[in-house]
Amino acid sequence: MESKINRYSKQLIIFNSLFIIVWLVISVFPFIWTFWGSFKVKADFFSRADWMFAVTGVNTLIETGDTSTVKAYVESWTEGEFWKAAMNTIIITVSVVAISLFLGTLGAYALSRSTYKYTFWILIAALIFRAMPHITLVSGYLFPFFQLNVWGILPTTIIVLVAINQPFTLWLLYSFFKTVPKELDESALIDGCSYFQAFRYVIMPVMWPGVVTAGLFSMMLAYNDFTVTSLLLNQQNYTMVPKINAYLGTIEHSGNYMWAVSSVVSATAPLFMIIMFFQRQLISGLTAGAVKG
Amino acid sequence: MPHRTFFWFFFPSGLAMLLFIGLPIISSFFQSLHIEPEQILMEVEKCDPFGCKTETKVDIEATSKLQEEQPLGRFNGLGTYGDRNHLAFDEIKEAWSNSSSMAEFTDILLNLPFYKALLFTLTFCFAVTPPVVVLGFIVALSINTITKSLKGPTIFGVILPMIVTPLIGSLVLFWMIDAKGILGATIQYLFDDPNLSLKSSSQLTWITLIIYGIWHNTPFAFVVFYAALQTVPQDPIEAAIIDGATRYERVRHIVIPHLYPVATFIILICLMDNFRVLEPIIGFAAEGVAQSLSWMIYNDLRSENKMLFGSAGATSMLTIIGVAFLLTPVLIRTWREFRTER
Repeated sequence: MESKINRYSKQLIIFNSLFIIVWLVISVFPFIWTFWGSFKVKADFFSRADWMFAVTGVNTLIETGDTSTVKAYVESWTEGEFWKAAMNTIIITVSVVAISLFLGTLGAYALSRSTYKYTFWILIAALIFRAMPHITLVSGYLFPFFQLNVWGILPTTIIVLVAINQPFTLWLLYSFFKTVPKELDESALIDGCSYFQAFRYVIMPVMWPGVVTAGLFSMMLAYNDFTVTSLLLNQQNYTMVPKINAYLGTIEHSGNYMWAVSSVVSATAPLFMIIMFFQRQLISGLTAGAVKG
Repeated sequence: MPHRTFFWFFFPSGLAMLLFIGLPIISSFFQSLHIEPEQILMEVEKCDPFGCKTETKVDIEATSKLQEEQPLGRFNGLGTYGDRNHLAFDEIKEAWSNSSSMAEFTDILLNLPFYKALLFTLTFCFAVTPPVVVLGFIVALSINTITKSLKGPTIFGVILPMIVTPLIGSLVLFWMIDAKGILGATIQYLFDDPNLSLKSSSQLTWITLIIYGIWHNTPFAFVVFYAALQTVPQDPIEAAIIDGATRYERVRHIVIPHLYPVATFIILICLMDNFRVLEPIIGFAAEGVAQSLSWMIYNDLRSENKMLFGSAGATSMLTIIGVAFLLTPVLIRTWREFRTER
């Protein structure tokens, strides 16, 4: 490849570099801007007079005595009880990832090793389930959950998110297990292992790359979810994303618009860190279904 | 694998999907056939020194008793589907006979809540998808040519808009295009109009939402195209170079045909995902001018004391029918793939 790159004409390279730089700015700048602005006061972040105020922090200097302030962070985490939302997000994310992977690996392994026709129909059904808009499912949950008195608590939301996540996890792990040679577990079966033993001692040690990718997607779904968490949890149990929306909506917080800004940064930063480490797995997962077509 | 073993391996996952994806769809349908109970009114005679008056007021006791007996409300058949907030048959009939021109009729039609939401949802889907495919392809081509050591960080930067949840992504952009934010202020300056605001007119809001949609979805198209570019066979490209083909010709006649199937995959996924657009509308506070089908359901369920289960159920069913249309090509594609595999 390297030698071919040199063959590109000079104009092309210049145009290319410019385009990438522009696109990178479009993608990244909003986040840098919000990060920077979250350390200012509202009068600076939304400054009518001059948007440069948001960079220099003129009003922040007047209001707090310094050009940047962590006031919004401190207040939203303590007074705004964002710590609670963060805790809930951690509980939900960890549980969803663990349960999804447990159910998903078993199910997908079975799907990849069975030769009967019904596996095909199960996968098609999973595809249909995956296409269902989450909000339509939520509209089906609410009434029964109220009747059963399980609305508003974390375990319900965890199970719901696990279920919503299953179709995608199944597909991803199914295509992963297809790449694991059949001979591996077949030889174990011949040696007298049961299917479960073959899965436990032969497949489990080699399945981790696929599991990491599937886990990453489960994590993103649980961490980022708004539709399910905002409608199935009560205010006290809100996770981070609905909590941010609540900061915007209620009148009592209208003066604390910066709470939402700082919370957005608080919620986004850990996610970006994780993705930075697992970028390769994320990309391999996104392309699993597409490239062979 | 024997049926029995398969069953036990698949059972937990299958049960979860059946209980929490299969059943809710049925439950949603069942709800859509019912309507909230009417409030029972009673007449009360109120007497004061100036005479007696009869007033009608809500009999709270009887209403709550009725609600306990029939928590789902009374059976309404398909009535909810035809009411003003959904398919609005009566209103359409009336508009058809009363309006003098086609334009007037369309105007009335598109002001009915359901059709308004459908129009926005479809506009959003079909305005976002083509630019996403084109831009994703160009970005993938560009990044494919840069030095290897720069690729990692560049890809990380480019996929950021896709990683954040739509609500946060739209809020981040919304704060910038706020009239007092950096982009909003710049636009006012460029057009020399201090009152210009992207929130002021419905067209501008729609355009903002669509731009957001492109920003959010392009990374997905990029990633898929980028991975597919790695599988483009090198031999024909080298042959083309020897034959004197320019880069444009190579891309046009070798790379693009190779990527057609991938492009259809992206288009279908993109259409399906954008059909459920909800969070950007909330993030951009655009409820006033842009409602989507998902937003209608969300709105019915949002108020804590009076949830309109029937209405939400009916909209859900209609949304699912819409999804089914978009899903059919995907299913056919998967089916073919399976057949060729076996």
